[in-house]
Amino acid sequence: MSDRMNEVSVERARERLHEVRLQVNGAWRSGQCAARTSLVDFLRETLRLTGTHVGCEHGICGACSVMLDGRPVRSCLMFAVQADGHSITTVEGLAAADGTMSVLQDSFCQTHGLQCGYCTPGMLIAAQALLERNRCPTEFEIRDAIGGNLCRCTGYQQIVDAIRLAAARLNAAATGAGSGVSAPAA
Amino acid sequence: MKPAPFEYLRAASVEEACALLAAHGPDAKLIAGGQSLVPMMAMRLVRPAWLIDVGDIDALAQISIEPDTVTLGACARQYVLAAHGGLGAALPIIAQALIWVGHEQTRNRGTLGGSLVHADPSAELPLVAVMLDARIGLQSRARGRRVVSAREFFTGPMSTVIEADECLVEVRLDQWSGQGLGSAFDEVAIRHGDFALASGCAQIALDPDGRVRRVALALGGVAGVPLDVSGYAASLVGQFIDDTATEAIARSVAAALDPPADLHASSEYRRALALTLCVRVLRTATARARASLTEVA
Ligand SMILES: Cc1cc2nc3c(=O)[nH]c(=O)nc-3n(C[C@@H](O)[C@H](O)[C@H](O)COP(=O)(O)OP(=O)(O)OC[C@H]3O[C@@H](n4cnc5c(N)ncnc54)[C@H](O)[C@@H]3O)c2cc1C
Ligand code: FES
Ligand code: FES
Repeated sequence: MSDRMNEVSVERARERLHEVRLQVNGAWRSGQCAARTSLVDFLRETLRLTGTHVGCEHGICGACSVMLDGRPVRSCLMFAVQADGHSITTVEGLAAADGTMSVLQDSFCQTHGLQCGYCTPGMLIAAQALLERNRCPTEFEIRDAIGGNLCRCTGYQQIVDAIRLAAARLNAAATGAGSGVSAPAA
Repeated sequence: MKPAPFEYLRAASVEEACALLAAHGPDAKLIAGGQSLVPMMAMRLVRPAWLIDVGDIDALAQISIEPDTVTLGACARQYVLAAHGGLGAALPIIAQALIWVGHEQTRNRGTLGGSLVHADPSAELPLVAVMLDARIGLQSRARGRRVVSAREFFTGPMSTVIEADECLVEVRLDQWSGQGLGSAFDEVAIRHGDFALASGCAQIALDPDGRVRRVALALGGVAGVPLDVSGYAASLVGQFIDDTATEAIARSVAAALDPPADLHASSEYRRALALTLCVRVLRTATARARASLTEVA
């Protein structure tokens, strides 16, 4: 045990720190981290953006999903140094500046698309990415888009319902029927 | 689940990547999309001291479509390959295979070269490379370029002929000539996006009268490496293809296999899957080839 702790502290002491600068939800942010710091740890621990969750830390659960230059990726499978200079959207970037939830977020509330909420940030990012490129997704397309995100609570049906509802509300708003809920930040 | 410490270096060119590999020896590893390597580092199954990032080298992301060959850069991202119009027209089997590779989130990062070098026996892109006998270009500082045929590249589960100081640079695939081409990819997995229990792909060329001109068939997940089983289908050449012929071929392929068993599937079950998948991909590829003949007519 003490050997192991020794190894860990030697590991840490030797590590060189890198300066990392990212555009997060539109604002440039920077910080220092070791090369092995994952993007999700950098977001959560260095930038204190704890909305993005971290589950398995090896690419299976999707809880850590963020958008990298507009495309959803697993932030536990990227090192923060690799994201230097890139633009990241986290779940904190979905709501309006005053905290008003986006249509998508509100739809998750309406359909009970979450229970414990652990998977929710990843589900929201996957769904946001889907709706940005496809405003009328079929059920298959919805299930495919969240196929890399695990939920241990809902059984997925309410999440699918939430995304379908959000698509309908966004389309209604676009055609002027107006749902009264503001569109998500692009 | 934190990787062991390493030094991170971003290579700006293939030459620089090869020079860094030569300088740091077996303690160095390339990272492309990181979708297979990072999980292994997180579990500390691999602990490179130097991580050399080749993911942003423009020259490695090129896709070039010539009249009879297609050249794909090692670091072409999977989502780019899946959506590339010219590639979709020249070699639709690539996009047909990519539907099965992981999820949108992993395809947004994962690359062609990373998948080949990772060499999972049930991975889709290695299977297509073997079926079409791709020529894989490797480069090192010490020995320059060499080209290895995909059928010789894979040597066992997670192992290939690539040396520690080599970078996979490009993959060249032949386009079959003439009209009447069809291809298909299919697999069975516990859930879509998981690694396949077994997978199959086929490509067929039909003469204008509907007789088979050329056929390729390959199976994944049923051996340590992707298997080219085109030889079993060679008897189709010059013949009209029907369900009886397809099923006979599938049975002879399946009988020759000795698939691995694991928690998810017994050897017998994988053999049964192989049979079913051979039938399905041959049928679908034939139907697509016929459809393309009628388009021409
Ligand atoms: C949840 C999940 C599901 C997945 N499902 C599938 C699936 O169904 N099918 C499938 O095939 N894959 C699947 N994968 C893995 C796939 O996403 C990876 O993209 C692929 O296996 C590796 O590509 P990469 O670019 O990410 O490589 P990396 O992870 O960066 O590298 C993999 C290996 O290749 C080496 N390497 C990379 N590029 C080069 C190069 N140019 N020259 C020499 N060596 C190189 C690295 O050193 C490393 O050893 C899945 C991954 C995850 C996380
Ligand atoms: S924490 Fe990244 S996929 Fe599970
Ligand atoms: S709501 Fe609990 S994991 Fe999805």
